[in-house]
Amino acid sequence: MERDLVIIGGGPAGLAAAIEAKEKGIDDILIIERDKSLGGILNQCIHNGFGLHIFGEQLTGPEYADRFIKKALDLGIEYCLNTMVLNMSKDKTITVLNEKEGLFNIKAKAIICAMGCRERTRGALNIPGTRPSGVFTAGAAQRFINMEGYNVGKEVVILGSGDIGLIMARRMTLEGSKVKMVLEIMPYSTGLKRNIVQCLDDFDIPLKFNYTVVKIHGRERLEGVTIAKVDENRKPIAETFEYVKCDTLLLSVGLIPENELSREAGVEIDRVTSGPIVTEAMQTSIDGIFACGNVVHVHDLVDFVTMESRLAGRMAAKYIKGQLKKDEEVINTKGIDGIRYVVPHKINPENVEDNVNFFMRVDNVYKNVIIYAEHDGQVIYKAKKSMVSPGEMESIKIKKDVFQNIKSGEIKFGLRRA
Amino acid sequence: MEERNLTCINCPMGCSLKVKIYDDKIEVEGNICSRGREYAENEVTNPKRTVTSTMKVIGGERSVVSVKTSGEIPKKNIFDLMKIINDKSVNAPVKIGDVLIEDVFGVNVVATSNVDKL
Repeated sequence: MERDLVIIGGGPAGLAAAIEAKEKGIDDILIIERDKSLGGILNQCIHNGFGLHIFGEQLTGPEYADRFIKKALDLGIEYCLNTMVLNMSKDKTITVLNEKEGLFNIKAKAIICAMGCRERTRGALNIPGTRPSGVFTAGAAQRFINMEGYNVGKEVVILGSGDIGLIMARRMTLEGSKVKMVLEIMPYSTGLKRNIVQCLDDFDIPLKFNYTVVKIHGRERLEGVTIAKVDENRKPIAETFEYVKCDTLLLSVGLIPENELSREAGVEIDRVTSGPIVTEAMQTSIDGIFACGNVVHVHDLVDFVTMESRLAGRMAAKYIKGQLKKDEEVINTKGIDGIRYVVPHKINPENVEDNVNFFMRVDNVYKNVIIYAEHDGQVIYKAKKSMVSPGEMESIKIKKDVFQNIKSGEIKFGLRRA
Repeated sequence: MEERNLTCINCPMGCSLKVKIYDDKIEVEGNICSRGREYAENEVTNPKRTVTSTMKVIGGERSVVSVKTSGEIPKKNIFDLMKIINDKSVNAPVKIGDVLIEDVFGVNVVATSNVDKL
């Protein structure tokens, strides 16, 4: 089978990219989704707060997804569900498997990777102890409760103060479970402030910083966990060990972009984000393979995923029409002095639309700082921030005309004291 | 006079607010902008929340449908509302926007996802 544009993943990133590419004149599009419906993880995020930037109103996850699903269907974009991509190769051929058609290949003119991310599990943390039931990632528990209609436990400890963990603390409390505490190994939360207040403070759930779980107890079902305070090197302090009785442990300890397919194709990966190195056009290191959304870097807000994915869709459309300039001479970007990473990684000024939206994360909590961008010793952007935190992604817009005088070299993004 | 400590949620700053509640006035300290004051005043006089949950579905391709309140309800009524939602069920199909419970604590409970018939 041959296709102009194949999009791997039918979540918010894949849907927004598909719609944009279609509107820019690409008719032959196929979205491949492994789940039984479009919409991705938004379908289980039944809380509200989505869409403030894109729609100017607060929607729940399923409502946000539905707006894009409806649009995609109205535009007649083709999709297949319950279908898994097993392999992607450099020449943009993908190997696909589903129940109806079996195993087959699709050769595409362009591919957009929109596979999203997955949760870190107990295995990634190496928590010692037995292996009883009752240990879930927060997202797995969210799916059980919100989509399958099963609550997963009565007495709950949550490890990690990421947004999904906070949201689940409230969700399980509403359904009658007792959430005893949320433990965070860092001295700050990676979750949004709004969620700490409305999910924990509202229900008097304690959030303990510099704490972790050091042991899991119980044979069939979880019976309790041993918690401990950690020192400045994040090592547990023996004198602080404490047994906490619980039947459920939720893990909200980080998300990892899902790039097995990208790696097999030979796409260059950023070691900090665990996502592809991308250009101003969201193109990866392989010509014609694009990427957007959480597969590139984990976002806090779906609105930003949508914006980034629309760009990927537009640029993939340009590529298919032969209008995207090749990156012969590019500007590299780099985070220094408190900035952990910057996306996109490379800029070809010729392809820049009105501006470039740079997304970045800081490595710690800082107050009263200036975020700046410099090229060859010259400051090309600066903005004052009263506070930055690793939990809140920073976004910086640099106008096209700034790139008139810059054609190569490196733009460094950093923080300094205001 | 009653004193309460709150965290402002309007921006990432998350100002720690100290609110002093007198009989005739409310004093807010610790805010760096006016939104902090407004937030604190609402929180101590009449805190409200939008509630999202799920409701049981009969004869659907899924056993539950996600729901939300059409507006904010008083925070003190959240668990009362949860009981009402959990005592109810709805027959499939359900469409986004369908009103599933009418006029409860001043709002409706509406569906936020679609569940087709099995």
